[in-house]
Amino acid sequence: MSESRADPPHNRRSFLAALLALGSLCIGGLLSVPLIRFALFPLLRPTTELKPSSVGPLGAFASLTEPVLRTIQIEQVDGWRKVVSEQDVYVTKDSRGALLVLSSICPHLGCIVPWVGDKRQFVCPCHVSVFAADGRAISGPSLRGMDSLDTTVRDGELLVRFQYFRQLVARKEPMT
Amino acid sequence: MSGLRAWVNRRTGLDDLLRSALDEPIPGGARFAYVFGSGLLFIFLSQIITGVALALYYVPSAENAHTTVAYITKAVTAGSFLRSLHSYGASAMVVVVLLHLSQTYIWGAYKGRRELLWISGCVLFGLVLGMAFTGYLLPWDQKAYFATAVGTSAISEIPWIGASLTRFVRGGTAMGTLTISRFFVAHVFLIPAVIFALVAAHVLLFRKAGAAGPVSLDAGDPKQKTELFYPRQVLMDLSLTALLLIGLGALALLVPVSLGPAADPANAQYVPRPDWYYLPIFEWLKYWHGAASVIGVLIIPMALVIAIMALPFMDRRIERRPWKRPVAMGAYVFVIVMIVGLGLRSKYADEHDPGVASQLAKQDAAEKGYMREPFEPALSSSSLAAVNVALADPLVAKGEKVFRAHSCNACHGEGGVGTAAAPALIGISATFTPDQLAALFAHPTAKMIAGGMPRVDPSLDDSKAMIAYIEGLK
Repeated sequence: MSESRADPPHNRRSFLAALLALGSLCIGGLLSVPLIRFALFPLLRPTTELKPSSVGPLGAFASLTEPVLRTIQIEQVDGWRKVVSEQDVYVTKDSRGALLVLSSICPHLGCIVPWVGDKRQFVCPCHVSVFAADGRAISGPSLRGMDSLDTTVRDGELLVRFQYFRQLVARKEPMT
Repeated sequence: MSGLRAWVNRRTGLDDLLRSALDEPIPGGARFAYVFGSGLLFIFLSQIITGVALALYYVPSAENAHTTVAYITKAVTAGSFLRSLHSYGASAMVVVVLLHLSQTYIWGAYKGRRELLWISGCVLFGLVLGMAFTGYLLPWDQKAYFATAVGTSAISEIPWIGASLTRFVRGGTAMGTLTISRFFVAHVFLIPAVIFALVAAHVLLFRKAGAAGPVSLDAGDPKQKTELFYPRQVLMDLSLTALLLIGLGALALLVPVSLGPAADPANAQYVPRPDWYYLPIFEWLKYWHGAASVIGVLIIPMALVIAIMALPFMDRRIERRPWKRPVAMGAYVFVIVMIVGLGLRSKYADEHDPGVASQLAKQDAAEKGYMREPFEPALSSSSLAAVNVALADPLVAKGEKVFRAHSCNACHGEGGVGTAAAPALIGISATFTPDQLAALFAHPTAKMIAGGMPRVDPSLDDSKAMIAYIEGLK
């Protein structure tokens, strides 16, 4: 086999090499943009989300005289799946008469606190923490009042963002 | 810099490797006809990169596959683009493999002690088709599910072992989550591993035999002035690669691949159609039924495969010029005309059968409708405790069974959420009383019938249960 070893001039070869390297870099760089955006999606957008839950139409709570228990559905989005769970909350009014949604979980050690209608107080059955109708702590071991939840109103519907809070501390600290 | 380079080279010998790769002699000089091999290598590389990326979000199970692909397509940034690039890349692999094979065949480049090179190429062709077949199922939408159901049931036509083989491939008698696992393992681990090994063997064998050169030469001893692979052939190869990548990228950007509604095995009306490269085989299988099917499904395809693989052993002549090889060229034209003809015939038959055409149009509309819906996360199974509370009523629970038994969920969606094919049933109690619903089951309106709603005639008890279930949907 006859093989021609007549290389093109050296500078032409290196010019071509540089051209190839540049071209490959351009195409590689262009293609890596979507790859990087794809991999960094969790940094660009939230992939976990707690959806606000409906408590009911606002009108239902207009003439509230004492706290009412509502079971809400909580939708926790986790990437491509969602977990639906239920929680009990109280709809009540604060001292100025504005609607207030309280978590039914005792801030002391996490028992579910019932409303005792006769006494017009929340009384925790586990360690007898007592709270007023607006959730203020009255007596017992709890270091703070019952935890209020963030609410919004959309199309006449009361929505609440359910959260868990750290127990046994004086200040309300959401758990993340 | 040059000191570092010299050091790395002393330790690795990279420079020699690069030189031996680039200084491959090409008898007769560089040609655009020789570019397909490296083109394939680069699309394969792109398939690996996009495939690995897709695996970041994909989950191979009947429960999650469709949701995760919908998530990639509708939610993840650049997800639709990468999935489209991977999907179009699969089609491009098939096209370029065919071009590579055709070039080798027409140029007679399988001659001259290149039997193993040719055979390894044929097996690689089969593996590329295997990648396309296994990958097609993974999104687990309607078209993927039904095309693979047809594809795997064709295997059962093979005498004696057919039924067992189908069961082995599917991981059971019916298609299900085990089928996805099997196809996923084949698509992601097994076939790629074999492809890596065979590509290495193919390149090694190619370098051992050397390039065959123009058709006028003896492939076993091509005596003509040679040109080195670098730079002209490299430039030609890379220009095809750049063209392919830019073309595929533009296609993925402008015409993203769609995803249909999730696979629903209960949908008896669905008309399955494979991806375009399997249409000829699909059409071919239509002509073989009963006892004769052995001939069409097994004997003729096997004979064709054996004939192609054994080609370099059968055709020992030195002659490579196509115009001096009428039998070889005639056979090539015949096979290509058959393949293209079968594919076109399948398209033609679909377009001229009004029933099929309208069902295909309906499926297409359902797919477009599904693509317009925003991504909806799948309800995790750990949520069922909460949702099942509503089913605590035994009448409602029975109603749900009746609902499923009549495949109402096929069109109205799981839990009556509605699909592209039929409206949601949630909140329907506000519109119709239970008695009106019962009447609609027995006598659907003309509009409902036109939409595909069958007459449901459940017994009185079943009817009550189903109405209780539908009334309770929220």
